[in-house]
Amino acid sequence: MQNGNIDKIWNILESVPDPEIPVISVVELGVIRKVEFFENNYIISVTPTYSGCPALKTFQDDIKAQLRENNIHNFHLEIVYKPAWTTDWMTSKTKQKLKDYGISPPEKTIECPQCNSTNIELISEFGATACKSMHKCVDCLEPFEHFKCI
Amino acid sequence: MQDLEKYILRIADSSLILSHRLSEWCSKGPTLEEDIAISNISLDLLGRANSLLEYCSKVNGNKSADDLAFKRDEREFYNFQICELENGHFGDTIIRQFLFDSYASLFFKKLSESKDETLSAIALKSIKEINYHLRHSSNWVIRLGDGTKLSKEKIQDSLNKIWKYTGEFFEMDELDNEMLKKQIGLDNKELKNQWDIIINETLEKAKLNRPKDGFMMTGSKKGIHTELLGKILSEMQYIPRAYPDAKW
Repeated sequence: MQNGNIDKIWNILESVPDPEIPVISVVELGVIRKVEFFENNYIISVTPTYSGCPALKTFQDDIKAQLRENNIHNFHLEIVYKPAWTTDWMTSKTKQKLKDYGISPPEKTIECPQCNSTNIELISEFGATACKSMHKCVDCLEPFEHFKCI
Repeated sequence: MQDLEKYILRIADSSLILSHRLSEWCSKGPTLEEDIAISNISLDLLGRANSLLEYCSKVNGNKSADDLAFKRDEREFYNFQICELENGHFGDTIIRQFLFDSYASLFFKKLSESKDETLSAIALKSIKEINYHLRHSSNWVIRLGDGTKLSKEKIQDSLNKIWKYTGEFFEMDELDNEMLKKQIGLDNKELKNQWDIIINETLEKAKLNRPKDGFMMTGSKKGIHTELLGKILSEMQYIPRAYPDAKW
């Protein structure tokens, strides 16, 4: 096929979950920047969330495995840094999924994902993964993670 | 070695060595939250070092990023000496981090204007992370400086002790001038004014005294280090040197 089936590749990528937050896919996370077909090869541009995110290597391996499982072997992953990844690329639907999963989504006003209260305390600016900070709801007293805006 | 290669190594090595130092805090932090915070910062620095070493490996053509990290000796490392200093107590680590973060926030901002597209892209990515690190280290400087009598004494002492390692940030040598001329690199001296502003503002809030500029350590641009770097390398490079074909 001259132009390749780029839509098919996007569909496959949509079935690859984020290794740390499996309710969203790598596409929803915003790390897949581009899929192109060039000289009979799919070139998939991937950008890291945080430079040192240990999940970067894992999701690259997951993407490769998923493509091969779907019988796609003529592909190449390219790491791109520009433009730098931002949580602005997440859609409201993706943010809702994070919230349902118990993670307060990347919004300027941080809300408790359990009771929606904005009466919250910061526990730590750094969480279990580079992309999250830790908070506590003063109203329902539940601790929760917030996906940082960057 | 090409000029560009050496220029990238200088930037990469400071990230790599400081990352290794910070990783020594892992499981030993003063609180669980700080343990996680320092480990996170260490990871960001490692990621940045990796991106830069990958690029350096591409420019070099023969050595992999791992070769560059694990198969160079002391005199072939170009990190600032401040990055290799021992962690000491928590205040020492915070001061070292604050002095470095405030410099790095300015350096990478300027580097993002580089004509070299890869360096500029890595810099743009790094700025977001560095600003976050700087907020963390400044907040601790203020909390400890404006804290108890003991915390103030200890952190003022750390500041006085580490100050002499900040001169290296603003040095220019032949290679820097060459890179500046090609619009790949930047004028380190130009960063000093803004750095002074960040430092003075934070120290004022922290009620700490800025040490006088006296004797400044120098040498890392030529691969000259304190005795501490050798010890870091022997720890960091042990496995790949002992088992050269090991895969992980």
